[in-house]
Amino acid sequence: MRLGYPSSIRIIRVPCTGKVDVLHILRCFERGADGVTVVGCREGDCHYQTGNFRAKKRVEQAQQILERIGIGAGRVRMCNLSSSDAPLFVRFAQEMHAAVLSAGPNPIRTARRERRAGTQVPGVELPA
Amino acid sequence: MIVAERKPIEEIVEQVKEVRSLLVLGCNECVTVCEAGGKKEVGVLASALRMVFLQQNREVNVGERTIERQCDTEYLEEIRDMIDSYEAVVSLACGVGIQFTAERYPTKPVYPGVNTCFMGAALERGVWAERCQGCGSCILASTGAVCPVARCAKRLLNGPCGGSTAGKCEISKDVECAWQLIIDRLKALGRLEEYERLSPIKDWSTDRAGGPRKIIREDLRS
Repeated sequence: MRLGYPSSIRIIRVPCTGKVDVLHILRCFERGADGVTVVGCREGDCHYQTGNFRAKKRVEQAQQILERIGIGAGRVRMCNLSSSDAPLFVRFAQEMHAAVLSAGPNPIRTARRERRAGTQVPGVELPA
Repeated sequence: MIVAERKPIEEIVEQVKEVRSLLVLGCNECVTVCEAGGKKEVGVLASALRMVFLQQNREVNVGERTIERQCDTEYLEEIRDMIDSYEAVVSLACGVGIQFTAERYPTKPVYPGVNTCFMGAALERGVWAERCQGCGSCILASTGAVCPVARCAKRLLNGPCGGSTAGKCEISKDVECAWQLIIDRLKALGRLEEYERLSPIKDWSTDRAGGPRKIIREDLRS
């Protein structure tokens, strides 16, 4: 199919979304990621029965924490698709990319850069 | 187990607003089981605090450590080498662990990272309910192993009261009447005649009414 998706997205492979913990998501933001999408199998289709439901709960927990600490809940989301559904993956990737562009850069990355430079760095700096 | 709840992060940030380095200290026992203060929660809180401090433009060194138990001196000794590197400790243990850490390290401010709630059991994942109030004089033998001290809002020893309706307590339709549970249980055990027996006045001096409690077992003391 050779479908393209935004080049800003880095894929981290996990055996099942049930492996993804709140801490993994938080560490992404701590290290400067602008957004995180957890892509799981369709609900009811988990090879390990409930992995994607566990992931869904953890994404909600991460959203609550991120909202409270000023990063914003909208920067993390969960989506479900079949592994063969490339067009849907591309759609989710584009939606997340757009959401992150509208939210602006991760305030942690900005704060870290400001601290290093001793100046304020304005603007959204995401790859197109 | 002792059941605790995570404190809102804003409250913890407020507690440590003057601190430049802090150790988030977890406990591997009860608070790990109730997912409030184990190694994972330590990691989550430390990560969240680091992000908050960065946004506040504060340089705060946030360390992480989880020990086996904070209510035992031998495990608290494990942090002696590292504790001087930190100005303060945020303990995710129950109130016992928090106080014991503070007692062990008298010059180190120790702040609570959880609200310690009760002694209870996990009804299902994410749901805990109180089952014991540690009254110091257990009466479960006569109540079919359902505790009216912990589960009856009035701690009645001869119940139920007039507020019991269709098995629910008058304080909330979500609270089961402990005495209805006791009757049901005794009936199931074929021991309903025990319900007819009046409980004598309980000695509450072993409860909190007698002040802070202590147990000394000479056979174990060294």
